[in-house]
Amino acid sequence: MTVARRLVGFNLLTACVLGVGGWYAGWYGAHAVVGPSLDYFGDIDFNELSLVLAYLGGVLGFLIGLGFLNYPISRMRGYPPSLREKETGGVGRYFGLCTDHKVVGIQYLIGIGFFFFIGGLNAMLIRTELLRPDHQVWPAGTYLTLVGLHGTMMMGMFTSGILGPFGNYLIPILIGARRMAFPRIEALTFWLLMAGGVILETTVFFGGFPTGWTGYQPLGTQANPGMDCYYLFFALVGISMTLLGINMIATIVTMRAPGLTWSRLPIFVWGVLSTSALMVLAAPVLIATLLMALLDRTAQTNFFIPSQGGSPYLYENLFWFFGHPEVYVLALPGFAIVLEILPVFARKPLWGYRLAVAGLLGVSLLSFFVWQHHLFVSGINADLRPFYMFSTELISIPTGFTFICGMMTLWRGRIRYSVPMLFCLSWFFNFLIGGLTGVFLSDTPSDTTTHGSFFTMAHFHYTIMGGLVFAFFAGIYYWVPKMTGFQLNERLGKIHFWTMFILFNSTFFPLFIAGFLGQPRRVVTYAHNLQFINDWVSVSAFLLGGSMLVFLYNFVKSLVFDRVPAPADPWGSKSIEWQLPSPVPVHNFDRIPVFSGDPYGYGEGTGPFPIPAGAPAGMN
Amino acid sequence: MATPAAAAPASERRDHGKRVVIAWIVLSVIATPLVVLVLGPQLPPGHATVQAAGQVVDNTVLTAIVTPVVCLLAVFFVYALSQFRHTGGALVDGPPLRNDNRVQVLWIVITSVTVLFLAAFGTYELLQDGSGGGQGPNPIALPSGPKLQIQVIGQQWEFTYRYPSYGGVETPQLVLPANTQIELHVTSLDVIHSFWAYELGVKADANPGVDNIAFVKTKGPLTFHVRCAELCGLWHGYMFNTGRVVPASQFASWVKGQERDFAPVAKYLPRYSTIYLPDPQRRAG
Repeated sequence: MTVARRLVGFNLLTACVLGVGGWYAGWYGAHAVVGPSLDYFGDIDFNELSLVLAYLGGVLGFLIGLGFLNYPISRMRGYPPSLREKETGGVGRYFGLCTDHKVVGIQYLIGIGFFFFIGGLNAMLIRTELLRPDHQVWPAGTYLTLVGLHGTMMMGMFTSGILGPFGNYLIPILIGARRMAFPRIEALTFWLLMAGGVILETTVFFGGFPTGWTGYQPLGTQANPGMDCYYLFFALVGISMTLLGINMIATIVTMRAPGLTWSRLPIFVWGVLSTSALMVLAAPVLIATLLMALLDRTAQTNFFIPSQGGSPYLYENLFWFFGHPEVYVLALPGFAIVLEILPVFARKPLWGYRLAVAGLLGVSLLSFFVWQHHLFVSGINADLRPFYMFSTELISIPTGFTFICGMMTLWRGRIRYSVPMLFCLSWFFNFLIGGLTGVFLSDTPSDTTTHGSFFTMAHFHYTIMGGLVFAFFAGIYYWVPKMTGFQLNERLGKIHFWTMFILFNSTFFPLFIAGFLGQPRRVVTYAHNLQFINDWVSVSAFLLGGSMLVFLYNFVKSLVFDRVPAPADPWGSKSIEWQLPSPVPVHNFDRIPVFSGDPYGYGEGTGPFPIPAGAPAGMN
Repeated sequence: MATPAAAAPASERRDHGKRVVIAWIVLSVIATPLVVLVLGPQLPPGHATVQAAGQVVDNTVLTAIVTPVVCLLAVFFVYALSQFRHTGGALVDGPPLRNDNRVQVLWIVITSVTVLFLAAFGTYELLQDGSGGGQGPNPIALPSGPKLQIQVIGQQWEFTYRYPSYGGVETPQLVLPANTQIELHVTSLDVIHSFWAYELGVKADANPGVDNIAFVKTKGPLTFHVRCAELCGLWHGYMFNTGRVVPASQFASWVKGQERDFAPVAKYLPRYSTIYLPDPQRRAG
């Protein structure tokens, strides 16, 4: 009886039913209004407007099914404000709208992890095609769709890859609060992202899309209806990013506990703050750009169609004005996680705290002034190339701050090589290679050859996979015991680390050489003399996929089957989240803590934070 | 802020900093010339044109700057991770070093000087001859002397070439005279392509409605490869071809032959123009 009642409540099942219903309502509704097709092919049902409205209807139905309208409606009917959504206990919380920031954090971890594995599978399929220089495993259109799906899924989903799981889970705890500033918006960001992920995958039913993750115009205008899925996915990601950023900034600025001054904030919080600033400033540009592109396809506008007065340059400018800050949205949380974890395992305070903060803020500021380095050979603003070369190279100064702070934190420490620490240390290796190859790309003369080649592709895989994904796994091994209350297997973790580290380098380092030798990105064929390199890379990539399976095995085995309870503070950290029980209780703190210092007092004789302190309970 | 050496335990009194710096200098002094001499000649895109050779110089200088940085981090991490390794179960705290202004200032000065040098050197190299990159309709890096104009037209999914000084003749293969300053006008008929002639050291996006100019000065005869370097749709992967640099006399006879072959179809083609705007396009199928 209760089971049946649970199934018809506002949960994931209802959401899916209403989502599909909304999809068909939008589809047939639009057909009824505008007729069967706006396009040349009356016999083929290429009705773009219907498709877009169908997806919007689907998203709306999905959100209503999850219960996002319940609160506004009950408020309109005169009920007092409440946070009822988080009171329902049990596993059911994870399958619906929940305003507990810890539940949302775990939802993000599982949801983004799921799409990360799908994106990784797409990469395997791409590498299968590239085993042979001219033999076609996939039809050319399928291959381009795989390239686009891999790139878009990774770039879109992983914008929230660290802020989603670890930001949502940890930020309120780290600043001594009981919840985020806007708990329902927090839940909304997650479910928008999931709806977007499903929409992107459904592009395969509508012919896929040929543009890769950049969606350049006018190629995007002439593409199949599957292109609309790309626009809707990225627009939903943009909305989710904007809301997530606003929520994080509001929380960090207004909800810090007494005593937690700006100079005592954990560096991870600074990282989240600077990333959120980037999200709030950059993502709305993306949403507007994609709306313009959608109008070009559905409402016959001509923003980007050159033969009718539009400009593809406009799209390139707008896209990269978002796109370059976006890659720092991916990279900065990685910097922050590394600097947060290093002091714990080096048993030393974070060296040069102010310099580290300046590095994070400096990177986020400069990232808005470099976007045209993606357009060095495009013929746009040729006289601005020296400026963009200079501003791009300037970014290496604040990035260097992160390096020196991390290195000096290790200096004369008592370094323990636990799994999270290994991932953090490998970050330095990977990001060094990624950063130094970036120097070649930022240098305009050198960029003439490397631009748009596999060199570029290897470069950003070193910065994003080597920087972000390694930090992401560091975060998982470090914080999942706190989030779930169960330890991850250390031995399997080390196997995962070493296989991943070696195979990652074995996969991506040869691609620098392939790029130097003249292999362009996103091609289905390549020169015969590059076959050995490509085969080597493909085999390494498959094995790298196997390394991910080791992680998956460890994750499931440790958390589902072994269930070894984690102690409250397995790493000997002085940060506040480790002074709470694992997993953290629903209301985080019985009494709001009062901070008396930063969490890096190793070797200074100060103990960890005293949690029960003076402020009255129930402040938040 | 640094802890005085006297306060540290005996094992900490060794001068770690001096050791790392000396090892770094020794390694850099050995590695940098080695890398420049061994790796430098292998760096792309070769010496077939003036622009390509300029890029090789540029790549070599960048590699020479990058090598000491790699050496520093390699020495630092090998030393730190082996020397400061903690074994045994008990947690022991390290010295609470929170800051050192000298290290900070030194680091900021070194990185800033490097960055300023890189930007200045890159700008100098760029403004000499444009380094083979597309410069848009109003190029800023103009090589001196007479130039042979050639138009590169990208379309889904091939490049064709027009020679305005030879009656606008259009050919499917790019043939260039040796030892000549070439002015390439890159444009597109449909979507964005990118004209990449690897051995020539030329890359310029082909934008519809835009005349994107790149310069290249050829040297001796060779065969080079042309590929599209910007995703342009279904058969992007097959958008490649070869081109030739031939002696001037051979070029003259080749282009004369092309003009003769081209004459019957010339009247069906649009007149030579820096850009062509095709019909409003929708789908390509």
